[in-house]
Amino acid sequence: MIAALENLAPLWRMGAIVGTVLVLATLVLAVLQVVRPGAYLAELWARTRSWWIMASVFFAAAAAGPWVSLVLFVFMSFWAMKEYVTLLPTRAADHAALVLAFFAIPVQYLWVSMEWYGMFIIFIPVYMFLMLPIRLVLSKETSGFVASASQIQWGLMAFVFGLSHMSYLARLPEVGPGGARADGRALLLFLVFVVEISDVLQFIWGKTLGRHKVVPTVSPNKTWEGLIGGVLSASAVALTIRFLTPFSALETFGVAVLITVAGFFGGTVMSAVKRDFGVKDFGSLIPGHGGMLDRLDGLCYAAPVFFHYVRYFYT
Amino acid sequence: MDRAWWADLLQRIFFLLIVRPFLTLFIGLKVRGSENLPEKGPFLLVANHSSHLDTISLLALFPLRRLKEIRPVAAADYFDRNRIVSFATRTFFHILPIVRRREEMTAQNDPRKAMVDALKTGTSLLIFPEGTRGTSPVEIGRFKSGVAYLVENVPDLPVVPAYLENMGRSLPKGAWIPVPFFCKVSIGPPRSYAGTTAEIVAGIENAVRELKEAAAV
Repeated sequence: MIAALENLAPLWRMGAIVGTVLVLATLVLAVLQVVRPGAYLAELWARTRSWWIMASVFFAAAAAGPWVSLVLFVFMSFWAMKEYVTLLPTRAADHAALVLAFFAIPVQYLWVSMEWYGMFIIFIPVYMFLMLPIRLVLSKETSGFVASASQIQWGLMAFVFGLSHMSYLARLPEVGPGGARADGRALLLFLVFVVEISDVLQFIWGKTLGRHKVVPTVSPNKTWEGLIGGVLSASAVALTIRFLTPFSALETFGVAVLITVAGFFGGTVMSAVKRDFGVKDFGSLIPGHGGMLDRLDGLCYAAPVFFHYVRYFYT
Repeated sequence: MDRAWWADLLQRIFFLLIVRPFLTLFIGLKVRGSENLPEKGPFLLVANHSSHLDTISLLALFPLRRLKEIRPVAAADYFDRNRIVSFATRTFFHILPIVRRREEMTAQNDPRKAMVDALKTGTSLLIFPEGTRGTSPVEIGRFKSGVAYLVENVPDLPVVPAYLENMGRSLPKGAWIPVPFFCKVSIGPPRSYAGTTAEIVAGIENAVRELKEAAAV
């Protein structure tokens, strides 16, 4: 049976692994329901149910092909940007610039679909960076100008530019030094799985052993015990899916540490954003998790870091 | 004032294929208190007004087959400004156009009579008592007294308050492309009003303002 599993394409093999993890998580919850029933379980059930749905959507999109996954990524960036912009203290004069910012989402993914790397990598940091303030100037309102220009550009960088790296990662060609092969789609599975499992493991370590807070003013739930336990255990788990990567065992562990730490900082930065806006969650799209951004926060950071690591060393 | 069957059908198709997907996938409309919408008309749905999204958001709360029972009261000078707009708003939104300017009013087009007649024949009305989208994208303006006239002249008319949030940010007056801010509709329980004209207007305005305060929590 193991041998049969090894012959599967990476996507299906990964699907089997994620399915097993989810079945186990569901069983653990069912046991807890009997052994230690309580109100705390309701949220865990909601979260697990949402994990089932998110994993199904993700694998269905991946299996359906590049165009369907592109639509999913556009939707993820769009929804994340929506959540962020709704919380922004926008001015009436920002309307046209915001229209432009949302227009930039499909355009950024158009470059991805064309695999036009040069344009993909400069469109938001250069062209949108120059155009947004121009559009704001044309609205003739100078009070709050710098705040608006900065806030809108920051959202585009984090939720459109940053997240679109996941989409481009899936299109990286299968080349590498010394015959090592980097299959972009397999690497995307690796990135998402490691970052998300690290988030779950940080939660579990933090809940069970957490004592010392990392950044108490930003995120009181993030502890050193959770961070270190989560990063190390997720990186150990990453070794079991090394078949997705061109990395050696040592490198797999190192890369996993890199992206889980990046993911931790992504989550912390988005927590600071929420604190600033005075909200607990970015939205209510995903029951038990919050909004789209509450789930994608770590990936906003981990995706660009991982993408450029792979691109630099393996293409 | 029954209209042609094809107009009802076009309105339903328009709401099913365009309005609902737009509100769900683009605007991400959140609804609170939809159980407060009466099962049967006539009733008066009143809301604050800051955007063209207001009318479509409120109409979209009703099942498709009930769309023909409710008509948004709309300014004739604005929505009858040319044939295309006039046809589109009458077909897709089933507006009840009324004359706003006093000098244009005649015995035949008396706006108050048109509204009372509609209510008395069982049609529910959607009305924005501020009379304009122009007050502010976020603040609620003072309600005009016309709404009290309807309460005074239609016995036991249930008034349903609604508060619309962020529509004025998404599609403010003068803008033609909406920005997809999350928008929210809060519906309050229906109530009948009595008293002087000023008391009725103040009561209805307060009901909408209370929903705004509740929505902020």
